[in-house]
Amino acid sequence: MLKLLQRSLRAGFDLAERGLDRVFGPALNPLAQLGAMGFFLFWIVAVSGVYLFAVFDTGVENAYASVEWYSTSAHRWHAGVMRSFHRYASDLMIVVMALHMLREFSLDRYRGVRWFSWFTGIPVIWFLYISGITGYWLVWDQLAQYIATTSTELLDWLPIFGEPIARNFLAPSSLSSRFFTLLVFLHIAVPLVLLFTLWIHIQRITRPKVNPPRLLAAMTLLALLAVSLAKPALSQGPADLAKLPSPVGLDWFYLPLYPLADATPGALWGLLAAVTVMLAAMPWLPPLRRMKPATVDLDHCNGCGRCVEDCPYEALQLVPRSDGLPYAVQVAVDASKCVSCGICTGSCPSSTPFRTADALHTGIDLPELSFAEMRERLHAIAAMLTQTPRVLVIGCWHGAAGARQDGTLQLPCVAMAPPSLIDYALSRGLVDGVAIAGCSESACYNRLGLDWTRQRIAGARDPYLRARVPRERIAMIWASPAERARFDDALTAFKARLAALPRTTAPAPRRNAPASEETVP
Amino acid sequence: MKLPDSPLRLLGQFAVLAALTAFVAAFSNGPAYHQVPAGTGAIKFSFSHQADRSRECRRRTPEELAKLPPNMRRPMDCPRERRGIFAELAIDGVVVFSRELPPSGFAKDGPSQVYQRFVVPAGSHAIAARLRDTPRSTGFDHERIETVTVAPGQSLALDFRPEHGGFVWR
Repeated sequence: MLKLLQRSLRAGFDLAERGLDRVFGPALNPLAQLGAMGFFLFWIVAVSGVYLFAVFDTGVENAYASVEWYSTSAHRWHAGVMRSFHRYASDLMIVVMALHMLREFSLDRYRGVRWFSWFTGIPVIWFLYISGITGYWLVWDQLAQYIATTSTELLDWLPIFGEPIARNFLAPSSLSSRFFTLLVFLHIAVPLVLLFTLWIHIQRITRPKVNPPRLLAAMTLLALLAVSLAKPALSQGPADLAKLPSPVGLDWFYLPLYPLADATPGALWGLLAAVTVMLAAMPWLPPLRRMKPATVDLDHCNGCGRCVEDCPYEALQLVPRSDGLPYAVQVAVDASKCVSCGICTGSCPSSTPFRTADALHTGIDLPELSFAEMRERLHAIAAMLTQTPRVLVIGCWHGAAGARQDGTLQLPCVAMAPPSLIDYALSRGLVDGVAIAGCSESACYNRLGLDWTRQRIAGARDPYLRARVPRERIAMIWASPAERARFDDALTAFKARLAALPRTTAPAPRRNAPASEETVP
Repeated sequence: MKLPDSPLRLLGQFAVLAALTAFVAAFSNGPAYHQVPAGTGAIKFSFSHQADRSRECRRRTPEELAKLPPNMRRPMDCPRERRGIFAELAIDGVVVFSRELPPSGFAKDGPSQVYQRFVVPAGSHAIAARLRDTPRSTGFDHERIETVTVAPGQSLALDFRPEHGGFVWR
């Protein structure tokens, strides 16, 4: 059931991402920037909130009037727009957060050692909702009245308050301005706690994206401005505790469950508790699939730190040397953070298949898919390639070539293959061309594998692909599992290009031609 | 800032983001939700009231006082625990609320509390509120019976304030 849901979501996201790739390009695709967009929207909400607080009055009588003043007077062109920014950016945060969570679920990026980011995302959901709901309360219009009475009735269902707090909203005379002061405090304190939780949320990933590309950020601001001018956020008439706030226009992003709270508060608490527990337990639900974490072979590690630099999950660090060899540091693997992507193997200068020692070793390796085994598989695949041109596909498990068998060296991430492996395959005449088949550009399963591979091939990141390697014999194809047809077309085109080239069995020094890259048109 | 390759693409990006924001704006303030049906109002029956002590205070004997530390020699021995309160509300002759309300707090020394909301059709309604907060086992110590008119959308609160003579409308 969960698997089916995951597959359906993956297909849906894939479809949406490919469509948005065409409009935005992979670098600006909003679906690939959901986390960063969440942070950006938080700052919009924070800045607009500070602006609004400057003119907000916390008194019972004056709260509504002060909000009305800046929403309907001549000040609506700045304060009113800020109010709309505050409201709509908060709502967008809910959308972005929900999509972010569903996307990570669909990509299966929540299990095993990735539990930390998933688990710490759960309080983020709670704090975001509490922040938003306390904010609505402050306006003290009819919606605020509805939220106030329903929220307090909901809280009173829990046996934790001495006196029913809903009695604060029994009649107009029972409400005091001090209550609003408390709410203002909550509306400032809870978002600060939210920010702190977001900071914890990204602690276990390297180079977290907390800022979207500037163009995407600018476009988002423009869109917010356009909608704020066309449909400004307004109040719904002053609160009056002598009347029922019905009908009332709900914010269906923050308050979709409030009608249930009206009907059965106990059922709502049960639902919230069940969903929270289920989300918290999901990383540990079977089937648990986990390869053994990377291991360091100190005899082949000089502590250069390239793997530490490339690890997307903060799983590696340099520590003082422990084996007496004349190097200052060595690499240590934190098994609780290692996702076994193998990117470290691809970045290690010792990962070279040209070595002639009987047993091939490298500095850092995956026990279940060692570098030596990678070279053996390469030889086995090359031996089976009979049709010319002979193309080796280095396929990512999570991309379009993930299920491919023939001529494919399957890896957890294409960045696990060091550039020297490509050099080896071509210079030894084992194959006529190498196709690197990774994930789609906007959804790299291991976050940075695609970037590192691209930079290594382009000679912009260590370890570099040597200049002697003929770039026209290399293709990079970034495609998701749903894009197999496009992948096949790109591979066929690559083979056609290779067929036109002279078959080489010896190194052919070529320096200038770039490797071809098949991405989104 | 890296600009896109064509103004049309730029426009397309703006259109997508504006459409998403417009969608958010549309559901940020509606559709309207009806908490209660049209033509109805609400009567909130709520009070926080402390009943008598669970038993009468007793004067300590001189021997008992002598056994106590000097700073604790209060002449009266009064239990912390309060009695529960029995409350009842009838609307148009139908008892809609009838419950024993225990004292709050771990030591059962706090007030008994209730908060209940009843949705009623707009119009006149015969309301009878009764409360028992003394050791008696039958009858009531406080009662208010009257006919009130509830306007559509009106919210009436029936509280209990002993200092104001018992049940009061707020």
